[in-house]
Amino acid sequence: MKILVTMKRVTDYERKVKIAPDGSHLITEGMNFVANPFDEIAVEEALRLTKAHGGEVVVFSAGPKDAAQQIRQGLAMGADRGIHLLTDKELDSDAVARLLAKVVDQEKPDLVILGKQATDDDANQAGQLLAGYLGWAQGTFASKHEGLEGPEEKAQKPGLAIEGGKVHVVREVDGGLETIALDMPAVVTTDLRLNHPRFTTLPNIMKAKKKKLDEVTAESLGVDLSPKVKMLRFSEPPARTAGQIVDSVDTLIHKLKNERKVIA
Amino acid sequence: MVAQVHEMSPGSAADAKPSPGGGFLLENACHRDIFTAEKFSEEQRAFYKTALDFVEKEVVPHHKEIEVKAEGLMPRLLRKAGELGFHMIDIPERFGGLGLDKTTSLLVSEAIARQGSFSVALGAHNGIGMLPLVFYGSDALRNEWLPKFATAEIIGAYALTEPGSGSDALGAKTTAVLSPDGKHWILNGSKMWITNAGIADVFTVFAKIDGKKFSAFFVDAKSPGLTVGAEEHKMGIRGSSTCALTFEDVKVPKENLLGEEGRGHKIAFNILNIGRLRLGVAVMGGAKRVLEVATLYAKERKQFGKSLTEFRIIQQKLADMAVGIYTAESMSYRTTGLVDIAASRSAKDDPEHEKHLQDVLEEYNIESSIMKVFGSEVLDSVVDDGVQIHGGYGYSEEYAVEVAYRDSRINRIFEGTNEINRMLIPGTILKRAMKGELDVLPVAQEVQQSLSKAQSPIPPLGDGPLAQEVQLAELVRRATVYVVATAAMKLMTELEKEQEQLTLLADMCIDTYAIDSTVRRAIQAAKDDPQNVALHEAMATVAAYTIYERALARARRIVIELFPDEDQYTRAMELRRLDINETLPLFPLQRMIAAKVIEAGAYPLHYLR
Repeated sequence: MKILVTMKRVTDYERKVKIAPDGSHLITEGMNFVANPFDEIAVEEALRLTKAHGGEVVVFSAGPKDAAQQIRQGLAMGADRGIHLLTDKELDSDAVARLLAKVVDQEKPDLVILGKQATDDDANQAGQLLAGYLGWAQGTFASKHEGLEGPEEKAQKPGLAIEGGKVHVVREVDGGLETIALDMPAVVTTDLRLNHPRFTTLPNIMKAKKKKLDEVTAESLGVDLSPKVKMLRFSEPPARTAGQIVDSVDTLIHKLKNERKVIA
Repeated sequence: MVAQVHEMSPGSAADAKPSPGGGFLLENACHRDIFTAEKFSEEQRAFYKTALDFVEKEVVPHHKEIEVKAEGLMPRLLRKAGELGFHMIDIPERFGGLGLDKTTSLLVSEAIARQGSFSVALGAHNGIGMLPLVFYGSDALRNEWLPKFATAEIIGAYALTEPGSGSDALGAKTTAVLSPDGKHWILNGSKMWITNAGIADVFTVFAKIDGKKFSAFFVDAKSPGLTVGAEEHKMGIRGSSTCALTFEDVKVPKENLLGEEGRGHKIAFNILNIGRLRLGVAVMGGAKRVLEVATLYAKERKQFGKSLTEFRIIQQKLADMAVGIYTAESMSYRTTGLVDIAASRSAKDDPEHEKHLQDVLEEYNIESSIMKVFGSEVLDSVVDDGVQIHGGYGYSEEYAVEVAYRDSRINRIFEGTNEINRMLIPGTILKRAMKGELDVLPVAQEVQQSLSKAQSPIPPLGDGPLAQEVQLAELVRRATVYVVATAAMKLMTELEKEQEQLTLLADMCIDTYAIDSTVRRAIQAAKDDPQNVALHEAMATVAAYTIYERALARARRIVIELFPDEDQYTRAMELRRLDINETLPLFPLQRMIAAKVIEAGAYPLHYLR
């Protein structure tokens, strides 16, 4: 089985993002970059699946030269090889999905696993768009039935179940979990409660250096990379205004009803 | 811009000639490239990230259980660290390890140091506990035991100190006598303050053969007659095990002697050299964590209707903490870089490589002592500021900063007290000068001559953005060379007794290394870290002026103490020629640094990028 996974280079989610004074863009100079945590979960899941079923894990990233670091992190986790689509352009989800579709054409994986979203723009679109372009089934927000505290996770079992050409995905949906079966090949996006990604061990970091990492310029794939989504303006969420302390439940209800008009 | 010559250029190790140990005293400040944190390779950063992730996700969450020594927890955590390969770093490849460079090794130590007790336990295991075996064990011992060290299947410890011999390590009273059948050493005596004693499976034990020849032995903890005492109740690092050991006719196989009979002092000192290097780096990890904790608290805590971070006196503390860390970081990785380049002159698979590595560590033992002293004192001042920022809450056990405050204190005591290290710094410099290994005397003569002339002793050294700081670094270097040489010539062999003078001289040497490393690093940042260059420059400027001002005051004190009567005036006049009288307002720079710290919620120059 061949699994293609994504590993996006994103700004460190623990650091506060700065907005240019004119609101035209985000300032990334001086920021730390890390791998998208949802993608780390995707790589982990792929590694557990190939451990159980055999096969190959290929890590994909589209981005600037430095994005190779995040691919190598995937290789250090245990993936077999990497594909780096080099570009300095800001890509929107649609461009990424179309680039990925080209790579899927070449690689013919049985499964593509992506993080459900990247922690920088939180778009949550690339997986769905990719499934659309490929005409494949999609299982988004993949989770684990017993969550992350159960015996399955302790035993480092995959959350996705592959059986008879189908992949069973436990999805996080409003109000609970639903399980769906997808015909393979398929696209799966990972939610937070699918697995705990492993640590990269030091020996594996060293081994990762020797693994194959193909560099391709994104432009050479003949995909129009110009963004379909236009960023108009960035702004901080409005600062929270001070609250009030009320002396009784009755006053609270009265105020919610008459002043804020949020209850009838 | 100042003309650059390479102190070292990673990648072209073969033709790079690293400065000799103590070399920072010999040549004009800031004119060669040094190794810095900005030059870490992608792989080194990846190792750091793994260590950071591990300590944050697997160690820090168990903080409370660690601190009460929850049964079995520390060995379990050490084994987890083993699974990730942390104990393999310093094991040569031919014994199944990774045989990595010291920069990588210490970078990992820095990350691990975010939890004090764990950091100490890990260092006692794979540092002082394991390295005597790596460096001095027979192949048979190494093949048998190193793989078990790598997984932490067995845990190591180092037993040097005794109830009656601490700083005077060679005054040990534990004895080893060969058994009548010649098959065993019989050990008798006691050891004190042994880190990991309660969880260790093996000890490196120092004892005197026949009461005379100081030697080291690799001892199984289960040996009959070896008793581990009760856990000590310590001020800090409470989660790390510390006990006394008693040896009553403990039989140790003859082949478990490490190195040669009577050469134990070599082992003890070499292990101390690397221990100091490691401690100097590790304390920065602790300091960075405290800066995070303090910044977070200061952002959230409101008084007089404002966050603490809006008060300039708090900003100044945050800036001081950051500048201290920056300076320690600059010295630390400059030194590991020097060690690595010198170590790379011998191939890693050469069976003699470990021997060569020890020579290299000995070569840079002045720098190691400097890092140990400076780093542990930076950490102490950082935790002190951290507690102060927390106010009353900082005095409560519920707050991480209280723990860090207690944990910090031991660093000035172990791996050789800071007092012992301060004696060693000028002592070693002068010893090498006498032997002709470190040519400070011609440099001292040149400085002396230029000082006796009326005009300014040195022309400007460039015109870059940090030209003034380069000048300050050079003035500090000259002042240091001058006082070291003057003290040596005036006091001759008496200098050894003048411990107050030696302390001041050590502080001047520390300051020279500190200012030179810091300014050089900031200059290189223009190329290596252009996005943060303004911050580098601000850090270097604040550090440079602060160090320069205190160094000149010290030099003056040294001269006054050396020449209490007649010469004092002349000498002080000479020193005055090192005083450029120009200075700069530093508060705006401190505010700028503080703003960066507050914005990042942490030490603002992060290795991961």
